[in-house]
Amino acid sequence: MSGFVGGLIWGLAAGTLIAIAALFGVWWERKVAGRIQMRIGPQTTGPAGILQTIADTLKLILKEDITPDQADVRVFRLAPLVVFVPVAMSFSVIPFAAGFAPLDTSVGMLFFLAVPALSVIGILLGGWSSRNTYATIGAIRAAAQMISYELPRALAVLSLVVLAGSIRPLDVMAAWSPWWIIATAPGFIVYFIASIAEVNRGPFDIPEAESELVAGYFADYSGIRWSIFMMAEYGGMVAASLFGAAVFLGGWNWLPGIGGILVFVALTLALVTAMVWVKWTYPRLRADQLMSFAWKIMTPAAIVQLVVVAVIAPWL
Amino acid sequence: MNGDQLREHLCDHYPYLCPMFSVEFGDGVLAVRREGLREAASNLRDLGFDRLGMLTAVDRVDHLEMVYRLTSRSMTVGIFIKCRLDPSEATVPSLVGLWPAALWQEREVYDLFGIVFEGHPDLRRILLPDDWEGHPLRKDYQDPGMIRRPDYI
Amino acid sequence: MDATETTSSQTGVLGGAGVSSESADTAEGLVINVGPSHPSTHGVCRVIVHLDGEIVRKAEPVIGYLHRGIEKMCENRTWLQCVPLTDRLDYVGSMYSNWAYCRAVERLSEIRVPERAEYIRVLVCELQRIASHMMALGASGADTGAATMFIYAFDERERVIELFEELCGARLTYNYVRPGGVSVDLPEGWTDRVLEFARKHRIALAEMDRLFLGNAIARARLKGIGVLDPDVAVAWGASGPVARGSGVNWDLRKHDPYSVYPRFDFDVPLGSRGDCFDRARCRLFEAFESCRIIEQAISQMPEGPVMTAGLPRLLKPAAGDAYDHIESARGSLGVYVVSDGSVRPYRVKFRSPAFCNLALLPLLAEGHTLSDLVVILGSLDPVFGEVDR
Repeated sequence: MSGFVGGLIWGLAAGTLIAIAALFGVWWERKVAGRIQMRIGPQTTGPAGILQTIADTLKLILKEDITPDQADVRVFRLAPLVVFVPVAMSFSVIPFAAGFAPLDTSVGMLFFLAVPALSVIGILLGGWSSRNTYATIGAIRAAAQMISYELPRALAVLSLVVLAGSIRPLDVMAAWSPWWIIATAPGFIVYFIASIAEVNRGPFDIPEAESELVAGYFADYSGIRWSIFMMAEYGGMVAASLFGAAVFLGGWNWLPGIGGILVFVALTLALVTAMVWVKWTYPRLRADQLMSFAWKIMTPAAIVQLVVVAVIAPWL
Repeated sequence: MNGDQLREHLCDHYPYLCPMFSVEFGDGVLAVRREGLREAASNLRDLGFDRLGMLTAVDRVDHLEMVYRLTSRSMTVGIFIKCRLDPSEATVPSLVGLWPAALWQEREVYDLFGIVFEGHPDLRRILLPDDWEGHPLRKDYQDPGMIRRPDYI
Repeated sequence: MDATETTSSQTGVLGGAGVSSESADTAEGLVINVGPSHPSTHGVCRVIVHLDGEIVRKAEPVIGYLHRGIEKMCENRTWLQCVPLTDRLDYVGSMYSNWAYCRAVERLSEIRVPERAEYIRVLVCELQRIASHMMALGASGADTGAATMFIYAFDERERVIELFEELCGARLTYNYVRPGGVSVDLPEGWTDRVLEFARKHRIALAEMDRLFLGNAIARARLKGIGVLDPDVAVAWGASGPVARGSGVNWDLRKHDPYSVYPRFDFDVPLGSRGDCFDRARCRLFEAFESCRIIEQAISQMPEGPVMTAGLPRLLKPAAGDAYDHIESARGSLGVYVVSDGSVRPYRVKFRSPAFCNLALLPLLAEGHTLSDLVVILGSLDPVFGEVDR
């Protein structure tokens, strides 16, 4: 019973955290994108427009929740949650502070890689149940893309596991030392690019490709269900940045105590900003280019990284 | 090259076209009969008029007139081909085989004038809906929404 | 297969996302409607796309959603009242339609235009070319997902629009070029602001070249896509950057020089491969050349009247017909006018370059993916006010 209550509390905490992360992430993206595009971004709602996302959220909640006439209604309604829940779960294994992860499991690294990948099922459900050609194409593109980028992402993280000798995130963090940044730099780059592809953001936003597929798999969603998709995207972006900032860049290892947490937050923010920067600078790849990039560049690079690490690890 | 030089050039190569040729506003005009249109156009293409710039029709009430304008990459002068049609039998050979540019332009003329192009591979309405009745650029076209503006302006 | 059958067999045609019927699915692969309301159709164009996976087997543009019957409307107005209608043709480059129509009317009524007015016309049309090409370049950015390129290009376009707003009070539909000259003389200090713009615009163009056309992803998306053979381009009547991107040296400013263009020193940029990249690059370099023409036009501009004196209030050209064409941002824009000697045109025909260029879409898109289809459509730069008329 206590396990259930604990889970409930952590779940609520994680949900709140993701909501805040998404609220902040949207605002931050709009501000950064504005600066990149010689604009100011939101500015009238609250100081520097910080309340803009809250206003948008209120609007989205009040909007009519439209279900297309020919949609598979139950699947259509369920799909956003199937996308969102795995992303939310992935927050639970992130090592937030020294000796603390909400869910301290011995397979944490694996958990972080495997569970968010389940959201592809939700995307497929959403795209298929809309009974809309664009949504279906978007969903199929998303499935192909996310499954392809799972591999290099996992291989990149695997090199850390080899160095640390454990797949428990807290053990990895404990074993972490600054020279790992150099040793795993290619792996980190692969992880970062694959993470962008995982959360379907530009330049890998092929499944939603606004100019081709209108909005891809969530073309027919509106109001709060649409915003759950967006929350999943921003949540995934923040989760990938948190995890990358922790296990690849050392997170809170740099400074003791509260200073470490601040460094961790700063690193995360830097990664989120980099994702926004990339999205608003690069054009979008084509689906076949995306695939050949995954299989011909990313995966070999991750394998080479793994081999290098595996060769040097026994000599440590 | 101006219109008169074009006349010489044309008469040198295709003497039978010579009597049909005249110069208006600096442009050469070739008035052909419907039966000779395709051959004349084909000959002009061989002469170097490689672009079908414009293709349209004019409703002159007592007859319809097809107007083709050909231009050339090698010559600076353009040439018109004009062809009179009887409104009761408004058919004309299609030039799609010579210039694919005619593909859409002939559809447009069919749509707005009702002129049928023989041999056009895909003669459908292009600008108006498929179920539209009548051909609006004909002078006798009537539509209740059309208001004749008064003459005193 | 008959395409009219395709359209009737689909459900939910409007909104663009009709799922075709079961039998069509099995027999034809996937048929989707891109448009008429779609972010990348640059207006209201519908393309019926037959897909095999992501590969376009057949793309059929359906146009006419913006058909307003402008040619018919012209027959019901006086010669001068038609000028505002020409604004509504190519709403991205209204100055061109104005000018082409006015040239045809002037040729028909044998009006001589003052020299200063000719210079002003060249000046505004080259500014218009920049504005129009910025739209096209920005759109190729937006089509490939580079939203920032779109904003950068539109920022440059906005500068031109502001200049035009100062010139004639309108931002899009200028009604500035009139038979016999232009409506008003240049405002005071306007040429200085134009020169300042031309100077800054070159820097912005170089920046855009690096940001977008120099980008590895953009190159991968644009190069080798929608390759147009030069002979095909000529046979299909393509003109403007679409033809020049394929290496067809066809620019009416050089080829059939009109107005005061022979007095200016400028080059015609040509592509070599004829793909989307070359078309985009052509537009970029044409904007460079336009800056050169603008500077020369301002330095050579004479003083004098901007409108022919003694024009009748009600033009009555002699009976006859006339054709004139200019090089618009999209290609050879021709106007054919027929007069019966009355106060109204008997027939006005606009030979729209976008219409002819768009006819190439089925040819170019076949065999490419759905993602490339929107890029190819964008590279043809259709403006549907002009296509549908």
